[in-house]
Amino acid sequence: MALDKSEVEKIAQLARLHISVADADEVANRITDILALIDQMQSVDTDAVEPMAHPLDVVQRLRADEVTETDHRDELQTLAPEAQDGLYLVPKVIE
Amino acid sequence: MIEKTAAELSQALSSGEISSVELTQSYLDRINKYNEELNAFITVCEESALAQAKAADEKRANGDASPLLGIPLAHKDIFCTNGVTTTCGSRMLHNFVAPYDATVVENFSAAGAVMLGKTNMDEFAMGSSNETSFFGPVKNPWDTTRVPGGSSGGSAAAVAADLCAMATGTDTGGSIRQPAAFCGITGFKPSYGRVSRWGMIAFASSLDQAGPLSKSAEDAALMTNVMAGLDKKDSTSIDKAVEDYTATLNDSLDGLRIGIPKQHFAEGLTAEVEQGIRDALSEYEKLGATVTEVDLPNNHLSVSAYYVVAPAEASANLSRYDGVRYGYRCENPVDLEDMYKRTRSEGFGDEVKRRILVGTYALSAGYYDAYYRKAQKIRRLIKNDFVEAFREVDVIIGPTSPHTAFELGAKTDPVTMYLEDIYTIAVNLAGLPGISIPAGIANGLPLGMHIVGKDFGEAKILNVAHQFQQHTDWHKQKPNFGQED
Repeated sequence: MALDKSEVEKIAQLARLHISVADADEVANRITDILALIDQMQSVDTDAVEPMAHPLDVVQRLRADEVTETDHRDELQTLAPEAQDGLYLVPKVIE
Repeated sequence: MIEKTAAELSQALSSGEISSVELTQSYLDRINKYNEELNAFITVCEESALAQAKAADEKRANGDASPLLGIPLAHKDIFCTNGVTTTCGSRMLHNFVAPYDATVVENFSAAGAVMLGKTNMDEFAMGSSNETSFFGPVKNPWDTTRVPGGSSGGSAAAVAADLCAMATGTDTGGSIRQPAAFCGITGFKPSYGRVSRWGMIAFASSLDQAGPLSKSAEDAALMTNVMAGLDKKDSTSIDKAVEDYTATLNDSLDGLRIGIPKQHFAEGLTAEVEQGIRDALSEYEKLGATVTEVDLPNNHLSVSAYYVVAPAEASANLSRYDGVRYGYRCENPVDLEDMYKRTRSEGFGDEVKRRILVGTYALSAGYYDAYYRKAQKIRRLIKNDFVEAFREVDVIIGPTSPHTAFELGAKTDPVTMYLEDIYTIAVNLAGLPGISIPAGIANGLPLGMHIVGKDFGEAKILNVAHQFQQHTDWHKQKPNFGQED
C-alpha cells in the first residue's frame, strides 16, 4: 500500500511528529517501501490462527494492592526541563 | 591479562596474581587510548570504577569468592544507572541521569562486578549497524571501515577490542547476536522473560530481552547466572527457578540432535559463511551429534511480522518522550502542541521517527486487524514451526547473519537494513533463547554461528556452545586492532 504526503501528515499528527515539507516525499517513499515489506504477510491465510500476544502465552501476574513504592517526587522532578512547587511546567494551555 | 575471559580473570584475582584495581586500571587505560577511534563508549566512569574495584578487592580479602567479583564490565547505554547518564543513543535522553539502577545493573553490582562505563548503541536500539546513534557510529575493531553490527554495537566492539572483560546488551530482533557475530565474540539472548526488563529502556516490550556479550560461552553462563531471575518489578519476568548455567557446560554432546533449517541455507547466504557453518557442523558430528534438516516454513514472514509488532509497540513506548518530565525539550515552544512536536522531531533521529510513523499507522483506526492482529497470528505460525522442529531435534543451528560485517554507510535503505536480521528475528518472535558464537574467519572478518534452543533451554545451548569452544579456538581469535601493547 502506497502512502501519499497527506496520509503521512495525518500519521505524523497522531504521533506528534513534525515532518518538514522538504522531507515529506522522502518519508512517504521510505514508509511505502516498509509497508511493501510488511504486506508480504497478507499472502498467508490466518483465519483459523489464534493471535499470539505473548511468546509464552503467559497471563499477567497480579500482586496484592499494597503501597510498596516510596515518594521520589523531588528527586524525579530535578530531571524535568521545567518544574516549580512540585508541578511540571508546560506552555500555557488556557488563556 | 586484558584479553582473558572473565572465568580466567576470576582465577587470576583469586590467586592474587592481579588485583581488581590493577585490572580495572588496565581497561581504563585501553579505553583512553582506543575509544576515540572505536567510539564504543558513550560514558566512561573512571572514578567510580576504581572505587568499585577497591571495594571488590576488600571483599575478596574478607573471603568473598563470587565468580564475577572485581571483573570489569560495560553496560549498554539502555540500562538505567543511578547517577550516571543513560542516553539510549538518543539526543532525546542525552542529558538523562536516572535516579535508580536497572535490575540488571543492580544484579551485577551485587555480584561485585565493576562498571567501566556505558556503551554506544543504535538510537533506542533501532538498527543493525550502530549507525543510528546520536553519538556517531561505532567502528568494528576487525576493520575500522566496517560496522560492528547493532544495536549492541558498542558492547560488542568493546569486548572484541578488550576494552572490557564482558558487557551487557539487549536483543529485540538480533541486537546481541548479530553484533557478536560481526565482532567475533559470544552473544547470548535468553528466553523472553528470563531476565528482568526493569530499568531497561523499552523498545518493543513483547520482544525485548537483555543478555550477555562475552569472550566465551562459559562467561555467558556466568553472566546469565547473575542476570536471570524473577523480578517483581517486571510483570513479564518469569517465575521459574534459575539453573546454575555453568553446571552442565561440560555435558557430552554424544547423541545430540542438531536441526539445520533449510530456509537458513538458501538464497542470500554468502558462500564463505555457509562454509564456516558447515565446517562447524562437522566438528559437532565428531563430538557425537547428528545433523538433520528441519523445516521452518513461515520463516520468510518473520521480518514482515516483526516490522509491525516492533514499530507498533515502539510507537506506544516512545510516546512518553514529550518534553515534560525528563529528557530533551525544544527551545521556546509557542504552545503545548508545538512543544510536543518540536521536542519529538528534534529529539529523535530519522530511523526512530520512521518506526514511530509505521507503528502509529499500523495501530491507527481501521488498520489494527490488518496489521497488528495479522502480525500476531503470523507470530503464532512462526512459533508453531519451532515447536514442530523441536519434536525432532534438541537445538537448531545456522548462520547468525548471511554475511560478515559490511562497510560503514553501505546500507542506506531501511528495508535492506531490516533484512540483516533475517535469521535472528524469528527467535524473538517465538521468545526462544539463542546464542551466536564465532565459527570461522572469512577474508579477515569473523563469522557467527547461531544456536537456538527450546523455551528456557538456556543451559542446553550454552553447553552446546561451550563444547564447540573446548574443541576449536575461533573464539580466541583477536583483531589486530590495539595489539601493539
